[in-house]
Amino acid sequence: MSKRVVNILVPLISIVLGLIIGAIVMLISGFNPVDGYIALWNGVFGSSYNMGETVRQITPYVFAGLAVAFAFRTGLFNIGVEGQLIVGWLAAAYVGSAFELPKIIHLPLALLAAAAAGALWAFIPGLLKAKLQVHEVIVTIMMNYIALHVANATISALSDGGDKTEKIHDSASLRSPFFESLTDYSRLHWGFLIALIAVLIMWFILEKTTQGYELKSVGFNQNASEYAGMNVSKNIILAMVISGAFAGLGGAMEGLGTFGNITKMTGFTGIGFDGIAVALLGANQPFGVLLGAILFGGLKNGGLNMPNEAGIPVEIVSIVIALIIFFVASGYIIRVGLDRLSKKKKEGK
Amino acid sequence: MSFLDVLYFIIPSAIYYAAPLIMTAIGGVFTERSGVVNIGLEGVMIIGAFSSIVFNLKYAATLGGWTPWVGLLVALAVGAVFSLILAVAAVSFRADQTVAGVALNLLGLAVAVFSIKMIYDKGQTDSISERFSRFDIPVLKDIPLLGKMFFTDVYGTSIFAIVVAFIAWFIIYKTPFGLRLRSVGEHPMAADTMGVNVTKMRYIAVMISGALGGIGGAIYAQAIAGNFSATTISGQGFMALAAMIFGKWHPLGALGAALFFGLAQSLSIAGASIPYVKDVPQVILLILPYVLTILALAGFIGKAKAPKASGTPYIKGKR
Repeated sequence: MSKRVVNILVPLISIVLGLIIGAIVMLISGFNPVDGYIALWNGVFGSSYNMGETVRQITPYVFAGLAVAFAFRTGLFNIGVEGQLIVGWLAAAYVGSAFELPKIIHLPLALLAAAAAGALWAFIPGLLKAKLQVHEVIVTIMMNYIALHVANATISALSDGGDKTEKIHDSASLRSPFFESLTDYSRLHWGFLIALIAVLIMWFILEKTTQGYELKSVGFNQNASEYAGMNVSKNIILAMVISGAFAGLGGAMEGLGTFGNITKMTGFTGIGFDGIAVALLGANQPFGVLLGAILFGGLKNGGLNMPNEAGIPVEIVSIVIALIIFFVASGYIIRVGLDRLSKKKKEGK
Repeated sequence: MSFLDVLYFIIPSAIYYAAPLIMTAIGGVFTERSGVVNIGLEGVMIIGAFSSIVFNLKYAATLGGWTPWVGLLVALAVGAVFSLILAVAAVSFRADQTVAGVALNLLGLAVAVFSIKMIYDKGQTDSISERFSRFDIPVLKDIPLLGKMFFTDVYGTSIFAIVVAFIAWFIIYKTPFGLRLRSVGEHPMAADTMGVNVTKMRYIAVMISGALGGIGGAIYAQAIAGNFSATTISGQGFMALAAMIFGKWHPLGALGAALFFGLAQSLSIAGASIPYVKDVPQVILLILPYVLTILALAGFIGKAKAPKASGTPYIKGKR
């Protein structure tokens, strides 16, 4: 089997294994897995409303996936997407509600604020990694919790002790009456187009620019890059900043599109952690991330239909997602299995 | 409130909040010392909290006052088995340990909430009737000053956690097992050459962390929360991870860090009634543990250095 085929087979096998074990869990719990997966399917494609909601759910996943993938390509593990997404969401909601400007300025400004906030949040771990060799995984995890508590305190301060910020002005909104009427009044908004553009931007940066080449090179081998005259610390910081900007924009999708404000959170949104799964499944390629986001966005949103139609708790979808991550991470063993399989075939001939 | 009154109030409360963190952080020390990064402590704690609450609700009538303690044993077993998932992925399947840990966290939460909905038909359990209770330690409680601070109204679990920390220190630094554990985490190839079974050591270490993390979750659930829902454990596992790092991968360091983080937690909850502290915005106390951990990692509070082989799978014969 060629390497290319194996690289595509590993995520596919992981998805299938995840779904099979999900089915076994349903069987053990006394449910009919066929009914469960039909309910899941209907939750995605069953009505124009569901389809609109699914695309809406996919949008932040694309950004979260791009953020994780971009850092991965430079050899960095950004678990802080969750926190960067929250500060981006907060910044977008603040700029959207605090100013009154014409739409052509206001909307880009709100998006820019979100990207900048996410970038700033990722800059700190990037700087510590580049200058002091502090491992980015732990710092980004800590930054997640700092983001959560700081955001909650800021929301409280902005709303005079309330639980949520004011609604953003229409001039900063991504909402689209056209898409809403097209999809039976779902919350589908313009964000998915921005997400598609972001996919192209990541592809362009990595494949078509010198800077992108440097970033990838640092990811492959820091020493070789250094000897070739590249500035390793600058590239590490830049990779984290760009990654954080993608994450911040993901937050803007929620702030300017889906909700139109930000509410105090007791826990994380989960989008940032699912972004790790999206990136892994997409092999850290921009278009792979898009496919991964479509799968996980579909699973997440379709899963909401499972309690209604089949009586199965929605957490089954999270179980399946966790299993898929587990299998993708254990790709080594799947590769070994595939290797043995293809050798046996050859011997058989 | 006088200063002494504040101390009488805040020190027991800090130890009370620290107990689950101490347990879980010690578990983290074991895995990291063996060269496996355990980001999945949060998931392990969730599973521990979940299993102990389910057990407690079911058997409180038959076991009475012993229920929460037996609940700890149940959480220990369930946590150890659950952590096997990480061990298999990280040690045998050579998976990225951080990613496997993230999967463990997602899986722990999803499985626990799914099961709660299956068993009770709702997202949150009822409150347990048999909680850990407080008691005064005879004789010691009569020591002036200290007696009232440390030995009245104490939880058995707090004493248990502190004892475990010292036992862990003894095991890791004073026994052959501990020496092997550390050698596997620093230089697995050298350890392998000397006849130490790297795979076995890492499996044992991950399972110890599962057992201790499970107990940590169970202590939190049965002493502090009193029931189980999706948000019962929200960040305690990561805070334990932070305590382990802030304690520089040393059991007693982790104990100190966990006590300090417990203090920050209890101040953020009870601070409004304490002079001086009530003027500090709550958010400062909430983020303090995390900020301090970053500063410790950055070397501003003494350099924190991870075991050398932590995070890399050991592949025999690879240079």
